[in-house]
This record gives sequence, structure tokens and C-alpha cells, in this order.
Amino acid sequence: MTQWYMLTFVGKDRAGIVANVTRALFEGGCNLGEASMARLGGNFTIMLMVQSSGSLEKLKDMMAPIAEKQGLRLHVDAIEGELHHHEEPDVRISVYGADRVGVVADVTGALAEAGLNILNLETDVGGTSAAPIYIVYLDGIAGKGVEKLEQALETLRKEKKLDANLTPIDPLTA
Amino acid sequence: MAVLEVLVYPNPGLKQVSKAVETFDAALRDFIADLKETMLTGPPSVGIAAPQTGRLERIVLVDVSGKPKTPNHGFMILINPNITGSEGSVIGREGCLSVPDYTGNVYRAERIALTAQNEFGRTHHFNFSGFEARAVQHEMDHLDGLLFLDRLVSRRDRFRRKVYKAPASQTQNS
Ligand SMILES: [Zn+2]
Repeated sequence: MTQWYMLTFVGKDRAGIVANVTRALFEGGCNLGEASMARLGGNFTIMLMVQSSGSLEKLKDMMAPIAEKQGLRLHVDAIEGELHHHEEPDVRISVYGADRVGVVADVTGALAEAGLNILNLETDVGGTSAAPIYIVYLDGIAGKGVEKLEQALETLRKEKKLDANLTPIDPLTA
Repeated sequence: MAVLEVLVYPNPGLKQVSKAVETFDAALRDFIADLKETMLTGPPSVGIAAPQTGRLERIVLVDVSGKPKTPNHGFMILINPNITGSEGSVIGREGCLSVPDYTGNVYRAERIALTAQNEFGRTHHFNFSGFEARAVQHEMDHLDGLLFLDRLVSRRDRFRRKVYKAPASQTQNS
């Protein structure tokens, strides 16, 4: 019996973290599924789907010394593994505007209302420190159609003074 | 006519460079009929390349006419295709009959000019744009042993370029 776990590491970024973590998992007999690494404000974060025949405690015990050595905090959850069940986004949306509190809540709230199931979301701050720009990038599935999302974006443009672009994602298979 | 087996990665046949077609005979046209049958029979696809069926010859079929609101040349047989000019660079999502259950983002030229021979060896000139240009480039990659996996770009890259390259509306304070 094997079980899927989600391992989350957070800490200060430095060279070789991913290599060290994945090497330790491999040597510990674990199987890697999907993984996503990001640097957020200079902090290192990675989430890894890991398949193991051992218990959650065993996996934690195995990885804790690695995490400590790398200066990372580790979190482990038992999860349902769903490899090969990729949900395909059909729209990609970017929204940006002058930085202020509540932009992400405004944007995701309006889009959720309009039927968007968000699959990926990233936000960033650009511009100068005197005039920062907040940028939200996301893709997802238009559950109620693209027209509804366009309407929601139009409302955001008018009422929240944001700029917004929607691009349908239309995968080509060939 | 017969439906041919479509090779799936990591079949090494997909990484070979195909050779030019020199003889335009009935056997070639029989093979093209089989290739077309294969393209129409499997999962929905806007094109197929001969090497995807293990025949290492520079033959591709493309047909994006099934896609609504897409300028197209209908069903095309492109033999020994050669790109003579290209313009622009756009990102789009692609999948492949030879890479099941995965799609990814790839840059392609927005417009291409191309010469190719038909099944009787006559040379024709084409200008493709948009989705059709993407399909042709995807298929032609197969002739050089390349998959869209060889050209993947990250999600983040896609979003950044999208935002900075082509904002659809103007910011008010610019
Ligand atoms: Zn393909």
C-alpha cells in the first residue's frame, strides 16, 4: 500500500535546495509526482507530491533533518494522489492596477461569481516603490462561459479602476 | 485504406530526422490516404506527421477547418515543406497525439510563408497565420524529431510576456 503526501518546504532561498530535497526523497524510496517551486519575495517555497509506502510520521522523520540542514520549515499532509488527471484551463486572465488593499479579493471574488474555477494564480508587485502596480495572473475554467467573465472584467475596469485582459486558451492537438 | 499506429513518446522514432520524399507515386498516395484515415480516426487532431506513424519521410497533413472562426486553407498535404519566411512570435497551448494527457505552452511564429509539394510533386506556396501557422509548425517539428516538449515555456514566462507585451487597454495614469 502506498500513500500520497504533500510536502511543503518554506525558507530562505539558497543554491541546491531542490537537488538536496529530491535526492533525499529518492534515496528514501519515495516516488515524486507533480511539484511546484516558487520564490516569493526572496523566500523559497516548494510543494511536492510524494508517494511513499511509509507512514506520515516516518516521512516526517526522514525529511526533518534535511529540512533543518537547509534552513527550511517542513509541513507534511496525507493527500489523495491524482496524477494524469490534468484539468485544462480554457481562459487566461491578467488584471493589474495601482497597488491597494483588496485587489486580489476583488478580482477573484468577481471572477468566481462569474463562474471561474481558478487553476493557477500568481500575483506580483511591479512599478516603482512610490507608485507600485499590483498584477494578478490567473488561468482557469470558465464554468459559465467566457462572456460572463468578460462582463465581470468590465465591471472591475469600471468600478475598481483595474486593467484586465482575457485570452481564451485553445489547445491545439496535432 | 488502413488506420496506422500512432507512436507515443518515448518511442525513439519520434526523435529521428525524416528524409525528403523523392518519388511521387501511387504508393505515396496510398500512404497519404492511410495517414489521413489515421488522423480522422483517433482523438480529434488538426494535423499529423508521417514520422508519428513510424514512416520517416517529410510529409505532414494539416486541417484546422473544423475550428470555428479560424482562417484556413482546408485540408492540406504538405510534402517536403520549407519555411521561407516568418514573422512575429506568439505563445499558445499545444498538445500532441504522441504525448497523451499533457498540454504545454510554446512560442511559434505568428505568420509563416512556406513552399511544399503536393502528392503529385507539384510545388505550391502558402502563407499561414495564427492557429493554422501554429499547426503547420508543430507538424513540421515532427519531421526534425522535435516535440512541443522540446519548446515548452513556463507558466510564469507566459504571463509576464503577456502582460508586458500586449496590454489590451491603457492605464489611466500613464
Ligand atoms: Zn504532434
